[in-house]
Amino acid sequence: MANVIKLKKGLNINLEGTPEEKFVSVKEAKKVTLVPDDFVMCTPKIAVKAGDAVKAGDEIYHDKQYPEIKFVSPVSGVLEEVVRGDRRKVLGIVISNDGKGTSAELPVVDPKTASVDEIKQAMLDGGVWPFLTQRPYGVLANPKVQPRDIFVTALNTAPLAPCFDVIVKGQEKDFETGLAALAKLSTGKVYVGAAASTSIPAVNGVEKVTVEGPHPAGNVGVQINNFKPINKGEIVWTANAQDVIVIGRILNGKCDFSRIITIAGSEVVAPAYAKVQVGESLADILDGKVKHVEYKQRVINGDVLTGVATGLAGSLNFKGQTVTVIPEGDTTDEMFGWITPGINRYSTSNTGLAGLFGLFKSKKWKLDARLKGGPRALIVSGDWERVFPMDIYPEHLYKAVLAFDIDKMEQLGIYEVLPEDFALCEFVDVSKNPVQQVIADGLVKLRKEME
Amino acid sequence: MKLNDYINEKIDPLFQKGGKYEKLWSIYDSFHTFLFVPRHTAAKKGVQVHDSVDSKRVIMMVILALIPAALVGMWNVGYQHDLALGINDGWFMQFLYGLVAFLPKVVVSYVVGLGIEMTVACIKREEVAEGFLASGLLIPMIVPVNTPLWMIAVATAFSVIFAKEIFGGTGMNIFNPALITRAFLFFAYPKAMSGDEVFVRTGSALTNSPIEGTAVVDGFSGATPLAAVADGTFDPATYSTLDAFLGCIPGSIAETSTLAILLGACLLLVTKVASWRIMLSVFVGGAAMSALIGAFSESAPTVAQQLCLGGFAFAAVFMATDPVTGCRTNTGKYIYGCFIGVMAILIRMFNTGYPEGAMMAVLLGNAVAPLIDYCVVNSNISKRAKRVNA
Repeated sequence: MANVIKLKKGLNINLEGTPEEKFVSVKEAKKVTLVPDDFVMCTPKIAVKAGDAVKAGDEIYHDKQYPEIKFVSPVSGVLEEVVRGDRRKVLGIVISNDGKGTSAELPVVDPKTASVDEIKQAMLDGGVWPFLTQRPYGVLANPKVQPRDIFVTALNTAPLAPCFDVIVKGQEKDFETGLAALAKLSTGKVYVGAAASTSIPAVNGVEKVTVEGPHPAGNVGVQINNFKPINKGEIVWTANAQDVIVIGRILNGKCDFSRIITIAGSEVVAPAYAKVQVGESLADILDGKVKHVEYKQRVINGDVLTGVATGLAGSLNFKGQTVTVIPEGDTTDEMFGWITPGINRYSTSNTGLAGLFGLFKSKKWKLDARLKGGPRALIVSGDWERVFPMDIYPEHLYKAVLAFDIDKMEQLGIYEVLPEDFALCEFVDVSKNPVQQVIADGLVKLRKEME
Repeated sequence: MKLNDYINEKIDPLFQKGGKYEKLWSIYDSFHTFLFVPRHTAAKKGVQVHDSVDSKRVIMMVILALIPAALVGMWNVGYQHDLALGINDGWFMQFLYGLVAFLPKVVVSYVVGLGIEMTVACIKREEVAEGFLASGLLIPMIVPVNTPLWMIAVATAFSVIFAKEIFGGTGMNIFNPALITRAFLFFAYPKAMSGDEVFVRTGSALTNSPIEGTAVVDGFSGATPLAAVADGTFDPATYSTLDAFLGCIPGSIAETSTLAILLGACLLLVTKVASWRIMLSVFVGGAAMSALIGAFSESAPTVAQQLCLGGFAFAAVFMATDPVTGCRTNTGKYIYGCFIGVMAILIRMFNTGYPEGAMMAVLLGNAVAPLIDYCVVNSNISKRAKRVNA
């Protein structure tokens, strides 16, 4: 029986600057920056000193709670500096790239014949273990536990995200290796959520789940909730399909952390795909690709819903798939916005004429970064539910998190969600609440309480 | 220099912390955002783009939806005035009459209500929420046209302070503020709220003082149709439902024209500001109850008449659909709507103390809405708990 999930609730935001399905070249990264904050609740313990020479694949830092989880250098070169912020928190580790790509010899591990422990050790030492995210809490996967299942999403529905079929072309063998490795690690199965047209290699223990529907159908949390929800006390691991390809690469003996991303958005000259190095600075990635205009632009490390506006100083997220550039909008004046006919206003609530003319589906929109309103208490009801295709009451869960009522949070399903699942709720919210930040803070606080 | 840049550079600093008028920041902000959509951009973390709807736009849709009912209601005030005096000045003069009778009430309602809200906002140093912009228009529309202005002022002040601000302002109240105003008037000044004298203005437009050379015609009764139902003198067979639908009957400005209310309902539904679930359930519940009562009583109004008479349709479209005070879960909205529809007709037909049941039905609905939501959410909770045990 085929596994099919058909989702109706959600929203595809049609943005200007959709990437064309071709590749553009990007400057080779002169330096890469590893950012421990890319991982939720990760406290780094740095293993090398500034000035040390490193090879690709050498350990740079490991997690304080799980010392076996290593974070390695994607390039060979010299460790330039460790950037620290308040209270000596590590903000970034800068490694200069000598361009030679020398790496230590990586063992080739064949998941079909290797044991669970061998695969685990190879992944931990190879620096690809951090690609696994553990639910609940969205933290690094604990190597000592065995998850109920592992979910992989090969469907990227976020605005301007890359299409998996373009990513996987030419890398099918690595993808198969990665999936086979994950199948060994899970006590249950590996479920791959993908579009109907994507073909998933046949591997023992791996099942495809066909997913159809608007964003957030590609979110792995949404797929889990609609297919095999997480119950209290259960642990599930998740990964993005591109990261599984990188896992496969390492297990096949090739120390290559490069990834395919889209450089997109209305402020990008020719939005397209590109092959870049993890940790590459956004200034290098976007060099020569951003339009020259008089107004301020916002450079986002990620997509417009879940990304972080680091500006050109940021560096590509370890699991990054998109770099988006949009107008900042802080000099835009909209007079009497509450009564204008609204043919140029993007609003899923149809409070402007654009909805009447079907312009949300047919037109591409140039959205800027304005909030377009002041913060209020929750007034309108039902708008979050329209874009939240999970069997959870988003507003009631949000209020329970605000009040930090642990019992209520557990009962309403806090263990099944991550902030990214609430991204569209934050987008459509009339009251402009910082929903994702509240959920993220609530999860950190809850984990501290419970563990 | 652009106007907004001028405001940001020259006027804004006066109201920020340390400025000369820093205590009045909330009032300045409300006028600034009245003119311009705020320029603030998203934080570094979180969603980077936003839907352009904000609470100002939502409230504006409610006000726009109220305008047809207000316009027809104003004309109707003048029309009833002419009918009472046995004259006919033409529809435009009738409309003007109603406008002059209506505007002072609107001014009083907004000045008192917004004044209190702005004061509280300044004390809390928060932005002024727009919730009262809709209530401020609803209040003058649901009181009888001959209500003295001071009564409206007192009732509005009571409602804003005790039914809204002490809970935390817009979005935190349990009861519908416009209906609390009406209920306050009903219980505090009952003689001014019911009877034959209050719904039709026979005097001058502004002050209702008798006009020289005019006299009420013989046989004139300013009674609303529902008063006749309460008396038992209502005959469903001879009553013109079309009059009730179009809005040429005595009553408060909001409730008379069902057609105008339905136009407003269309706008609210298209813009997804009001919940179709609540509207539909109120009508279905009311129709079911009316049919049930009509099957046992010959003098009861027909289903169509019940839905068109009195404040039922207005309550269904504008009062019950207030998202803050109603149910917030989709399943709960059906139950909440049916409850209100059934209760409105029940109170109307069986309680001689209240000829119109819609106001009390919605307030009762507001009281049970949290319970309904609790039960709906609990069923989700037990479903999740059962999964653990399975």
